[in-house]
Amino acid sequence: MVTDFPYPRLGRHALDLMRLIREFESRLAGYAAAGLIRGSTHPGVGMEAVAVGVAIALRTDDTIASTHRGHAHCLAKGAEPGRLLAEIFGRSDGYCGGKGGSMHAGVAPHGILGTNGIVGASIGVATGAALAAQLRGQDNVSVAFFGDGAINQGIFHESLNLAAIWSLPVIYVCENNQYAQSAALRDMVANPDLTARANAYGIPTHAVDGMDVAAVYRAAASAVGRARTGQGPTLLVADTYRFLGHMVGDTEIYRDSAEVDRWRARDPIPRLTAELVERGLMGPDAVETVERAATQLVDQAEEFARRSAAPPVATAYLDVYQPDVHQEAR
Amino acid sequence: MTEHLAIWRALNAALRDALAADDRVFVMGEDLTKWATGGGIYGVTKRLADEFGTHRIRDTPISEEAIVAAGVGAAIQGCRPVVEIMYSDFSLLAMDPIVNQAAKTRYMFNGQFQVPLVIRSNGGSGIGKAAQHSQSLETLFAHIPGLEVVLPATPDDAYGLLRTAIQSPNPTIFLEHKALYNVRGPVRREPVPFGKARVACEGSDLTIVATQLMLHRALAVAARAAETGVYLEVIDPRTLYPLDLDTIARSVAKTRRLLIAHEAPRDFGFGAEIAASLTEQCWDHLDAAPVRVAGARTPIPYAEELEREVIPDEDDLVRAIAQLVPTSAGIRTSQS
Repeated sequence: MVTDFPYPRLGRHALDLMRLIREFESRLAGYAAAGLIRGSTHPGVGMEAVAVGVAIALRTDDTIASTHRGHAHCLAKGAEPGRLLAEIFGRSDGYCGGKGGSMHAGVAPHGILGTNGIVGASIGVATGAALAAQLRGQDNVSVAFFGDGAINQGIFHESLNLAAIWSLPVIYVCENNQYAQSAALRDMVANPDLTARANAYGIPTHAVDGMDVAAVYRAAASAVGRARTGQGPTLLVADTYRFLGHMVGDTEIYRDSAEVDRWRARDPIPRLTAELVERGLMGPDAVETVERAATQLVDQAEEFARRSAAPPVATAYLDVYQPDVHQEAR
Repeated sequence: MTEHLAIWRALNAALRDALAADDRVFVMGEDLTKWATGGGIYGVTKRLADEFGTHRIRDTPISEEAIVAAGVGAAIQGCRPVVEIMYSDFSLLAMDPIVNQAAKTRYMFNGQFQVPLVIRSNGGSGIGKAAQHSQSLETLFAHIPGLEVVLPATPDDAYGLLRTAIQSPNPTIFLEHKALYNVRGPVRREPVPFGKARVACEGSDLTIVATQLMLHRALAVAARAAETGVYLEVIDPRTLYPLDLDTIARSVAKTRRLLIAHEAPRDFGFGAEIAASLTEQCWDHLDAAPVRVAGARTPIPYAEELEREVIPDEDDLVRAIAQLVPTSAGIRTSQS
């Protein structure tokens, strides 16, 4: 078990990433209102510690499969904010040339196997990526991020069982943000202890405070260590909360503001900041530096994405098949 | 000397040769290694585990969605998975990984990932497996952009198309026919390209496009028709996607008449697609409206008499041919 978070080595890095994600995600509603984003966009403000705590325990060649609320996972795993935002804007410089958007953003060189529009689908894809690593004798691991809504999908149960019997190098990270769209977890499960589900399949599990990046990192690093050494899968259940609605435009009639305020009081960013200051790893004056850096990065990303051209319409017909011989424009 | 093999053996040989040729290939599915004589329900994986180990020939739990999803993830990460779904009816449990993941991954991510996944299964009726083990679902898959759909009808095509499917960088739905596994024929052990129809029988009076069981029935009718001086051209498209319309169009330009036969229900089936495409392309060449002979709009019933009733037989083909080719009245029906 990894018992310490290496504050000197990773503390500031984690803070910078979390602050970048916070800034990036906080701007999406404005972009949607300005007509720069189409369709559905799901910000993960408040959930930064889970994405970052897991991602900094991984190598570049480790893979992640993500969800509809996946920008944080992508940024934490190394995606450039500009190219990610260009994808969310549907521009040609986006990672997927504007074909995927927020819910289908993938970055092959960073092992990001994509955000995903189907609740629970990340679980199956990551399980398969782990199977590939095992079959090919490689020591890379894969991570499935998914929410509390996904745990009632069949793919969750089927995949955990498959990974368990084959000892696949996969880490299942349940981001329990308490709500599946408008459905409260307490209304949708009779046993709120989600770690019990891992026990059912005979795999190790940890409940972690998803508002504490150090706790997430410790649990993730332990699980990654097990997976990398052939000891099989782990289920992590990170309790967290999304400070904003399910998607841009959510009326949030299913939760009261006092509850939101209680969780906002546990914001993972000030928590890590205070820890770093207390440990003398960062002066109080550096807080502003961190914020400025994040603002600047997202300003640059926005400028890049805004300037990026629309994708050429001919690309709509490409990459349905390889080679593109079967395609005919209509 | 060319080998003569049953279709199941040809498929077994294709898997063995693909596994030997490329160590990225692996096979997984339910009951592949320990059922019956150790080769899955129709023998296709027989003895492969002895040769290649249970690491590469993997028995799975009954979890169709997870099996196919794991195939997708493994394919994205550089493997060449061949997933067996015991009956194509069970593929409906895996529609998310097939339709939302496998078919769309290359496109959504703009070519960053490929999914060289083969899903092998069997469809078709004829042996009393009833409503949930006998469907012909090929049109469901052919409708989805990103999927290739293969319907082998002969041992040579079974071998060659499966080798091509495993080499393909695209997700391929490979639907065998459960009533044809014991059909024997020559096998060249050569890959068969996708999108190239096979003219199974040359003729000048009528073009019949047919797959699998209907192909074999059409060929039997064509042999009897030839005795009466009526020459039917029988074409097996072999792959529904990509679909070789050119070969069919060339044939129709010659015969001026088109009949499409398939086992799946007629409504919204691939016969409608071929009839519409050929009507658009070959209007001036057609002397009659294309005719479809296909399954009834019913589930597949269990009792033999009922099952036979809802699937076109040779007599149904003969009657449809008579409608299109007035000179064909002399073709013997199966009873005559």
